[in-house]
Amino acid sequence: MENLKQILADALSAVAASDSESALDDVRVHYLGKKGALTALLKQLGNVSAEDRPKFGQMVNEAKDQVQGKITERKAGLVKAALNAKLATETIDISLSGKGQEVGGLHPVTRTMERIETFFRGIGFDVAAGPEIEDDYHNFEALNIPAHHPARAMQDTFYFNPTTVLRTHTSPVQVRTMEKTQPPIRIICPGRVYRCDSDQTHTPMFHQVEGLLIDENISFADLKGILQEFLNVFFEDDLKVRFRPSYFPFTEPSIEVDIMRTNSKGEESWLEVLGCGMVHPKVLEMSGIDSEKYTGFAFGMGVERFAMLRYKVDDLRMFFENDLRFLKQFK
Amino acid sequence: MKISENWLREWVNPDISSDDLVAQITMAGLEVDEVLPVASEFSGVVVGEIISADSHPNADKLQVCQVSDGADIFQVVCGAPNARAGIKIPFAKIGAVLGADFKIKKAKLRQIESFGMLCSASELGVSDENDGIMELPEAAKAGEDFRAFLSLDDQIIDVDLTPNRSDCLSLAGLAREVGVLNKVDLTPVNVVAGDVLIQDTFPVRVDAVDACPRYLGRVVRGVDVTAQTPLWMVEKLRRSGIRSIDPIVDVTNYVMLEFGQPMHAFDLENLSGSIVVRMAAAGEKIVLLDGQEVSLREDTLVIADDKAPLAIAGVMGGEGSGVSAETKDVFLESAFFAPISLAGKARSYGLHTDSSHRFERGVDATLQEKALERATALMLEISGGQAGPITHVVSEASLPDAAVVTLRRKKLDQYLAISIDKDLVTDILTRLGLEMLEVTDEAWVTKAPSHRFDIAIEADLIEEVARVYGYDNLPSSMPKAAVSFTPLSEGKTAIQTLRSILVSQGYQEAITYSFIDPNLSKQFLPHIEPVPLENPISADMGVMRPSLIPGLVKAYLYNQNRQQPRVRLFETGRRFIGSVDALDDLDQQQQISGLIAGVRNAEAWYHGSEKVDFYDLKAHVEALFELNDGGKPTYKRSECEFLHPGRSADIYVDSLFVGLMGELHPQLSKTLGTNQPVYVFDIALNAVLSATLPEYKVVSRFPEVRRDLALLVDRLVPVSELERVIVGSAGEGFKNVLVFDVYQGQGIDESKKSVALGLTWQHPSHTLSDEEVNNSVEQAVAALSEQLGAVVRG
Repeated sequence: MENLKQILADALSAVAASDSESALDDVRVHYLGKKGALTALLKQLGNVSAEDRPKFGQMVNEAKDQVQGKITERKAGLVKAALNAKLATETIDISLSGKGQEVGGLHPVTRTMERIETFFRGIGFDVAAGPEIEDDYHNFEALNIPAHHPARAMQDTFYFNPTTVLRTHTSPVQVRTMEKTQPPIRIICPGRVYRCDSDQTHTPMFHQVEGLLIDENISFADLKGILQEFLNVFFEDDLKVRFRPSYFPFTEPSIEVDIMRTNSKGEESWLEVLGCGMVHPKVLEMSGIDSEKYTGFAFGMGVERFAMLRYKVDDLRMFFENDLRFLKQFK
Repeated sequence: MKISENWLREWVNPDISSDDLVAQITMAGLEVDEVLPVASEFSGVVVGEIISADSHPNADKLQVCQVSDGADIFQVVCGAPNARAGIKIPFAKIGAVLGADFKIKKAKLRQIESFGMLCSASELGVSDENDGIMELPEAAKAGEDFRAFLSLDDQIIDVDLTPNRSDCLSLAGLAREVGVLNKVDLTPVNVVAGDVLIQDTFPVRVDAVDACPRYLGRVVRGVDVTAQTPLWMVEKLRRSGIRSIDPIVDVTNYVMLEFGQPMHAFDLENLSGSIVVRMAAAGEKIVLLDGQEVSLREDTLVIADDKAPLAIAGVMGGEGSGVSAETKDVFLESAFFAPISLAGKARSYGLHTDSSHRFERGVDATLQEKALERATALMLEISGGQAGPITHVVSEASLPDAAVVTLRRKKLDQYLAISIDKDLVTDILTRLGLEMLEVTDEAWVTKAPSHRFDIAIEADLIEEVARVYGYDNLPSSMPKAAVSFTPLSEGKTAIQTLRSILVSQGYQEAITYSFIDPNLSKQFLPHIEPVPLENPISADMGVMRPSLIPGLVKAYLYNQNRQQPRVRLFETGRRFIGSVDALDDLDQQQQISGLIAGVRNAEAWYHGSEKVDFYDLKAHVEALFELNDGGKPTYKRSECEFLHPGRSADIYVDSLFVGLMGELHPQLSKTLGTNQPVYVFDIALNAVLSATLPEYKVVSRFPEVRRDLALLVDRLVPVSELERVIVGSAGEGFKNVLVFDVYQGQGIDESKKSVALGLTWQHPSHTLSDEEVNNSVEQAVAALSEQLGAVVRG
């Protein structure tokens, strides 16, 4: 008995002291092997009184199980420790950058244009495009701006010859759409436009999104509703907006839309952001649409102005320098 | 149009503040650009009278003046040479404050005490002129507060008028508008015909009756051009931005501001025979008031006498015929010129005057007599003289008709989505000057006043009602429209998707100008004549780009010069090839173009600084075509002038040329100053916009078999040829071929290259046996040998 206790105690401490799988294996052989110490005790079972024999046998077997259990446990521990040690050597610096291509970005003007498009597509407008070198008819005449109309002086036009121009607005796309399609018409026309003007606040090329909605019973109220909603959605703000009478030859009534801005000093001022109006009956008629039956509204906005407001860009010219240090700010 | 608020309030004085007035005008569609003070900020300045002026004992340029403020006498040392006894001047007394914080104190100048300051006009901000102290009229009362004397507690309202509202290019017009907005009656100047004291006339003949339907003129004899224009008139002119010249010109300008009728005064002595209003003869010369000689065109209306043109009608007078200091007798002109005949004319001669501005936009065709009477009365009052009878030359048929316009209740309500009270509508229109011919519940039949020639159709009246009612008072709603759906097409790739593909490859989107330097265009495309602009903003923006590449390369150079050597840019936009003489055939195709240069990956810890090459670019191009349905692209050697002949490709889809790609020609690169190879692509947007609608094919459940082949083939045989032959010969179940190695160099004949290919087979309905695959490989090898002379490497 004493012997068994001693052997068990020795075996358990030997297991605990083993620091490798092979050492553990030696311990196993030494105690549990065919010639092992505990196995030997079983062989001595004959020397035990018949009365004690079952109990002693049971005790030895329990001791064997206990040792085997500890060995298994210890072995798992060693495997795990070995793996951990190996993994520890594989440790890398996770703060280093990933491998591969960095992502580029869209131009802020495109980004702005896509925001505008997203709103209007969402309420059923299609996107239309058209040529940039335009004839005088589509850029001016069909929009109720005959030759020598003072409004032509409002738009400094690039000419190729007396009847061919770089479009000064995307309105000719609206005209071309009206010529081809009968109402209902819901389109927006984003694109490049050109004016012969270049200074701090003007570039000779810029972008517009114009829109046109023609249907039966379209009213001034619809125009106000859509544009107010658009401005709120675009700027993610409940903006103070005012609708101010103005003049465009192709709309009547004509409207300029101002939003209230607050500067860093907290001073409020109105800023014009949109031109719009009810489509002039003559414009409808010229493009073959019955102005008695249909009414509609048109609007136009300068994309750069919206981009400047949205992204706090204070220098218009940056948009066309294509300086990567500028472009990369818009990811 | 700049106007003094005080002057405006002389005509119409609603009980509202200046700020409210300005806001109201703006919200009525007459946008106020700015509001300016009429003088500097100052206080404590009174009208003073110099009693005596003696030279300063200790200074040559100073005088010691005794100045009266009406009650007391003050000693003031003054440096102005025009300071002299007897004149009235603005006198800043001790305690006066000029500008923000310049306080007048008792001072000693060269030992003489001075109690105040005599002011020049510029010191008070009432003029830019700074020649001595300001001299006030005799009638000024010493002691009167100077601000009150000149009514300087006033402001200049600068209204930016839209071209349709030329009726407001006058005090009368603006006052009329303010009256309508406030429902206040006007107190206009009463104009009555003056006495005709002499019977002198000067003959007038109008040849161009359509261009000049009404011409009024009158002779005024014995005027004194040296008379002083009264200060009140000078001030009103000044506040409208017009400088006082002489009493005759001042009066014509004043009447133009007051009523909107531009006028002209000729020196009668310089007129020969008669006034003739006619079109100019081509090449006729005239020296204008501004001194420049102009060669006239036949489309230009002139006022001439029997000898020569005297003025470009409604634009500018001639040098020799105007009023001068010697003028004694004048011929006053007050005419109506048709807008259509004057439109654009001033600009075509590089001119723009207050007169042309008004006539082009339109002047009330009934105003001429009133204006002439008003001007005559003012002139006689200021510079004396006697007026003759008015000569009228009128062509009734050419005068504009007053438009009769009907506003239907139904249309008004439909447009504005609100039903405005009938009486209110009637009141608005009546106050605007429209005559009500008939008013019913269904309609207003109106006649437009002569000053509102912009009113011609129903929509014009709707606008007027809406404007006066207030746009902000009109309702707002979302349009009600039947919901309609268009099929969701998968046959078209959104341009956004293409942009995303490039953005995920590290490209930044660029936007370059559509016009470029013609020399740059020639450097890239010497055989394309780019479309030139007639009036470019500058020479280096002179032509429309025939390709997006020059602009992108310029953007590259911009960044290279700013220490940004790794560049990936793309742009979408139109290029322009052809002639504007055949606009329909002009190619304004949308392109998607890109440029890469510099290291493959941004410099980093894990790799060297390997630079991009042709195949990086090709991967990007292939990615763009990945979604394309219109057939996969094929690549042929390009002969494009601006690309490297050995490292460039033309891109075809279905044998249609759709674009090109490659390295910028090293010679061009060198000329332009790039410091590393630059790769570009330029593809018709349409070619990459069509998309595939994916269609499911059964995924075979039988195993895939792969065999690798190493081939030796002539160096110049494109790998695509090997692929083509394999695809055509590799038998049943052939699935795919990939190239996993290409080698040229040591161990291989110089004229050959080694290409390693991986071929895979997978049969949809059975497991392929070795024998089947071996047969297929043999067939392929045989075909490669036969067609391309390729041999399997031993």
